[in-house]
Amino acid sequence: MQLHSDRPIAVDVRDAVKVYGDFTALKRVSLSIHDNEFFTLLGPSGCGKTTLLRMIAGFEDVTEGSIALFGEPIAALPPHKRPVNTVFQNYALFPHMTVLDNVGFGLEMLGRSKSEARKRAGEVLDMVQLSQFSSRKPSQLSGGQQQRVALARALAPQPKVLLLDEPLSALDLKLRKAMQLELKHLQRETGITFIFVTHDQEEALTMSDRIAVMSAGELQQLGDAREIYERPKNRFVADFIGDTNLIEVTVDAVAEGQAKCHLGGGHALICDAVEGVKAGDKVHMSMRPERLFLSEEPIAAEGFRGTVRENIFIGTDITTIVALNEGPDFTIRASNSSRGNSRVFDIGAEVVVNMEQGAGRLLTD
Amino acid sequence: MAMKSYDLRQYPSFKAITIFCLFILYAPLLVVTVYSFNDSVSITNWEGVSLRWYAEVFTGAESEKFKIAARNSFVIALIAASASTVMATFAATAILRGGRFKLRTASFGLISLPLMVPEIVTAVATLIFFNAIGVDRGLITILLAHIAFCIPFAYLPISARMQGIEATYEQAAMDLYATRAKAFTRVLLPLMMPGIISGWLLAFIVSLDDFIITNFVKGAGVETLPTAIFGSVKQGIKPNIMAISTMLLGVSVVMVTLSWLISRRDNNK
Repeated sequence: MQLHSDRPIAVDVRDAVKVYGDFTALKRVSLSIHDNEFFTLLGPSGCGKTTLLRMIAGFEDVTEGSIALFGEPIAALPPHKRPVNTVFQNYALFPHMTVLDNVGFGLEMLGRSKSEARKRAGEVLDMVQLSQFSSRKPSQLSGGQQQRVALARALAPQPKVLLLDEPLSALDLKLRKAMQLELKHLQRETGITFIFVTHDQEEALTMSDRIAVMSAGELQQLGDAREIYERPKNRFVADFIGDTNLIEVTVDAVAEGQAKCHLGGGHALICDAVEGVKAGDKVHMSMRPERLFLSEEPIAAEGFRGTVRENIFIGTDITTIVALNEGPDFTIRASNSSRGNSRVFDIGAEVVVNMEQGAGRLLTD
Repeated sequence: MAMKSYDLRQYPSFKAITIFCLFILYAPLLVVTVYSFNDSVSITNWEGVSLRWYAEVFTGAESEKFKIAARNSFVIALIAASASTVMATFAATAILRGGRFKLRTASFGLISLPLMVPEIVTAVATLIFFNAIGVDRGLITILLAHIAFCIPFAYLPISARMQGIEATYEQAAMDLYATRAKAFTRVLLPLMMPGIISGWLLAFIVSLDDFIITNFVKGAGVETLPTAIFGSVKQGIKPNIMAISTMLLGVSVVMVTLSWLISRRDNNK
C-alpha cells in the first residue's frame, strides 16, 4: 500500500451541497483527494457521485460549500478555466474531427500552434497505442479504441486532475478488464491524479488507491480497497461491496475488545467488538462467504449446525447455501481447488458452518 | 413466413393505390414538363418535340420582363434564405441551448406559428404593416417579408438537427479549455451544418416560389418570377409559361436532391 496522506491535497471538497429544485443530490460531502492518487467515487446510480464529479469539472454549480484545486478555490470558475479534463461516459469525441485533431483540441484551445498541438497529440496517441489511427474519424473506430482516444484527448493538455465518468461501462467484460489495468498503468506513468466514478465495486477495488463509497448523496465510507471490503462501517457498505451474509445478532456481553453474541436459533459466537455496541443491542453482522467454511464435525466451540440446501458451481468457486437449524440462511464460498472441494458437501448433508478468525464484523447501522 | 402477412405490400390493391396516388401527385407536373417541349402554339395539341418555347423564354417578346423577374427572384431568395438561416440558427441555439428559461415553449411556438397561419392573412398583415410605417413598396418590402416568413422554414431542419446533438459535445469542448464562443464555432456549428444547409435550401425554395405574400407587398412594376408568370397567364396560358415552370421545377429538384445528398453523406460518416 502506498501512502498518500503526506502528499499535497489535489482536490479538497468541503461541505459540498447540490440542490436541484426540491431534490438534494449531495448532502454536505467533504473529502480530500491527494496528488497522484487513483481515487474512486463508488455508489449506485443516483448516489451523487456523478454530480460531485461534474461539480469538480465545472458543469454543475455548487449550491453550498467549496471545492479547491491545489489550494485554489475553483467553484466560481467556468469549466474552460479549470485545469482538469474529463473522460465522458459516452466519450463525446467530436465526430467531425480526426482522431489527431480530437486529441489536439485542448492544446489548441490553450493557445498552442496547430503544429505543436498535433505533435503532442501524436505523442499521447502513441502512449495509448493508437498512432496508426490518427487520421481516422472517431466513428471508424471500435468502442475500445474510441475509449482510448477519449482518454488521450483528456490527457494531452496534461491536466492537474483527470476526471473519469464511468468510462468503461460501455465496453464488454474482457476489454473492460484490460482497460482497468491500462488505466492504472497510465495513472502511474503520468503521475496525474485520477478521479474515477463507477457503480461497479469490483472495478473500484481493482484500480483504486482509495475509494469513497457514496449513497443517497452522502459519503458512507472512505478508505483503501482492503479497508472498505474488510472493515465496512455500515450495512450499506458491507452489502454494496462484494457479497456478504448480513445477519441480525444480539449482543450478550462486551469485554476486553470482544463481543459475545448469538443469532437466531441460539447459535453463539464471539467477534471483535466495535465502538458503540453494548450488551443487549440488536445489530447486524457482516460475514463474507469466502471467510466461512464447512466441516462435518465441529472444529471449535463456535460453529453453527445446519443443512446444505444448494450448491452452485461458478467456475472459480463453489457457492453453498446452508440453512442453520432454526436460524437464518448462510452463503458460504469455497474455492474450486482440492482444499476447497474437500469442504463441499452434498445437498441435504448435516454440516457445521465455521468462521475464520475475524470473519464477523459488527455493524452499528 | 408469418411475418409476410404483415408486409404492407401484401395488402390487397397496394400496387393500384400506390400508382393512383403517384399519378395524382405527379401527372400535372408531367404534363407541364412534356408540353413545354411541344412544337405548337396550342397548349393541348401535341405537334412534335421542340425547344422553341425555351428559346421564346430567353429571346421572345416577354423575355426582358422574365429576365428581370427571374433576377429579382434569385437575388431575393439568396438574401432572404441567408438572412433567415442566420436568424433561425441563433434562435435554435438560444431555445435549445439557453438552458431553461421562462417562455421557452412560447418562443418555440411563436417561431413555428407562421407555418400554420393562412398565408393570405400574413400577406394582408404584412401589407398593412408596411403601410402603417410608411415604407414604399418595392424590392425591399418583398425582401423584408421573405426574410420574415422564411425564418420558420429555416428553423425546422436546424432545430431538428440540433436536438440530435448531445450537449456533452459542447461540454467536452469547454472541458478542453474552449470558451463558450469557441465551443459554438468549433464544435456545435460544424455538427449543425447539415441542418443549416437544409434550412437554407428550404428557405431558398420557399422564397423563390412565393406568390401570395409577394403579390401583396411588391410595388407597381416590380415583379418576381411567380408574379410575372401570373401576370402573363392572365392574358392566356402560352407554352413559354410551361417552359419557365419546367425550369423552376428543375431548380427545385436540384435543390432538394442536394439537400438529400448532404444529409445522406452526413449519415454515412
